[in-house]
Amino acid sequence: MSEATQTTGAAVKTRKSMGYLAILIVSVIAPLLFPAYQTQMAFLWIMVVLALTWDILGGQMGYNSFGNILFFGVGMYVTAVLQVGLFTDVTAYNAAKGGEVLDPTLGEYLLGLGVGLGIAAIAATACAAVFGFGMLGLRGHYFAIGTLGLGIAAGEIAAGWDYIGAGSGMVPPRFPGETGAREEFFYYLSFALAIVTFFALKRIYAGRFGLAINAIRDDEDKAEAMGIHTTRYKAVGWCIAAFFLGIAGGIVGNIVGFIAPRDVAFAGVTYGVWMVLMAILGGKGTLWGPVIGAAVFHITQELFWTYLLGWQRVALGLLIVVIVVFFPQGILGFLREKFPERFGYKVQPKEAGGSADPAEGGAR
Amino acid sequence: MENLLLIFEAPALGVQLVVEGILLGAIFALAAYGMALVWGVMNIINIVQGEWVILGGFVALGVSQAGAPELLGIPAAAVVLFAIGWLCYRLVIFRIVDRDLFTSILATFGLSILLQQLMNELFGSDVRTLDPGLGTWFMMGGMVSISQVKVLGFVLAGVIAVALTLFMRNSRMGQAIRATAQDARAARILGIDTDRVYAFTYGLNAAICGAAGALVVMAFTIHPYQGLIYTVRSFTIVVVAGLGNLPGVIASAFGLGVAEQFAGFTLGAEYQNAFVFLLLVAILISRNMLLQRQRKYLK
Repeated sequence: MSEATQTTGAAVKTRKSMGYLAILIVSVIAPLLFPAYQTQMAFLWIMVVLALTWDILGGQMGYNSFGNILFFGVGMYVTAVLQVGLFTDVTAYNAAKGGEVLDPTLGEYLLGLGVGLGIAAIAATACAAVFGFGMLGLRGHYFAIGTLGLGIAAGEIAAGWDYIGAGSGMVPPRFPGETGAREEFFYYLSFALAIVTFFALKRIYAGRFGLAINAIRDDEDKAEAMGIHTTRYKAVGWCIAAFFLGIAGGIVGNIVGFIAPRDVAFAGVTYGVWMVLMAILGGKGTLWGPVIGAAVFHITQELFWTYLLGWQRVALGLLIVVIVVFFPQGILGFLREKFPERFGYKVQPKEAGGSADPAEGGAR
Repeated sequence: MENLLLIFEAPALGVQLVVEGILLGAIFALAAYGMALVWGVMNIINIVQGEWVILGGFVALGVSQAGAPELLGIPAAAVVLFAIGWLCYRLVIFRIVDRDLFTSILATFGLSILLQQLMNELFGSDVRTLDPGLGTWFMMGGMVSISQVKVLGFVLAGVIAVALTLFMRNSRMGQAIRATAQDARAARILGIDTDRVYAFTYGLNAAICGAAGALVVMAFTIHPYQGLIYTVRSFTIVVVAGLGNLPGVIASAFGLGVAEQFAGFTLGAEYQNAFVFLLLVAILISRNMLLQRQRKYLK
């Protein structure tokens, strides 16, 4: 018996690693097969990161944040400021409003990007730590609306701050190298970020930390009574989300090539809402849910969004209402209800049938 | 920051800011009262609030463009918005009344995004205003100027508030609304059609916001994407005042209006919105920290 379970366990493990391998191969080859769509595919991985990091708080911890876009924008600005600031004066560069173009060599560019992304991750994490202890004391809808305010306030401040270009935004340095290399480079960078985020979260959820934040979601007061330092766990959870979001923001700033304070960096009504929507669409509180949700949402968006010019937000609003009202359990949640065995839940025929003989149930 | 010193050197400026703030605050109080109403009765935090305000402004604009007198725009906005609010309840809101607050926040946020762009497509993306052709009073030797339309807005906001209080206190529907707010299940047992009460409450909220929006378009300006800040102002006011506390709502609305004017003057107009959002965050955090000392939290 135990031997049998071991072999099935091993079989499942091989099947899983085969699955991972297949995804890895497809993802590595994809930009070579469809070179025209590299930017869109890079955004797919960014979306995966956005949804996964939102789900740390929203799904696993039960804290629905509308302000995670704050870390995204902070990362974007910090990366760009460092990329520029390592080589020239930021104030003068921004005052020229794109008139002064920075053309670094490849080595300089990689140095700037590396330092920028590193510091961006640290800055975003620091932001989360500073705001975390105040904000995460709030619960439920107060947290949701407080974070919404925080994200928008950041955008308003960025739009008024001359050092980072104020309302007219900021342009990151130009990528050196031939055309097409830039898209490919950022595709693989986003892909690497998504993979690292996924496995880091997989690891975290499997351990003590995952159990603690799930306990906070289920009943925060009881979790605290059991001796979990809830404030500490909540803040660390937000910091983890901010760390990856900061890097994602830095990458997006370079992919887009132009940083506008309200519409790209602190874009509450695009990226900020998308991350919530993608996590819910896929099924919040699961590891694969946000990934699936991001893939489904992003592919649908890329296919149909161009036909909706001028009506995209109407469609987005409609989509939010429909998903939240009619499909709150998400794709994975739906599948779990339909095929519980597939998710490792044993269903008693008595419970499932509802009318089975009670004596039979007792005998089992 | 040099503007801060200017206030001390010329006290008339301070007076001007306080007057403007109070006149502005009266309009915020209307929207905030509507939000408290929906929150208290239906347990929904209505993020669309600001979009109802802006939509009310566009209705008033439409009425005046049709050739009717400008002031007719206020009742017209209220009536049209009541109908839209009722329709909105029948289409979407009734499905989320019994759901958790996050669902209602996200669903109404979706509606808000939808309405923003819908208004943008229907009415254009210009900053609009409506001039009812009233003059300006000057006081303190011309140092303080008060535009009459803002005073009119203030007075009308007061009239609407009194009418609402009387309505909630005396009419059958007002009593039904208050009963439903206290205990929806008991109200149902006593024969109140709570679904109808909810629909009416939501419509009434939209109507209040619509009237406020008609005042906004006359006294200030409107823009299709400007709604969210009215939502946040309403929410801030309600968090400070508490639910079902009309005097508190009015007092904190005046406070917010005055604070905003001073912030806009000293920090620069480009940071005025940022101030409103940060004030919300600061108020939430500080209130919660005070409660946490007693091991409680904002509920």
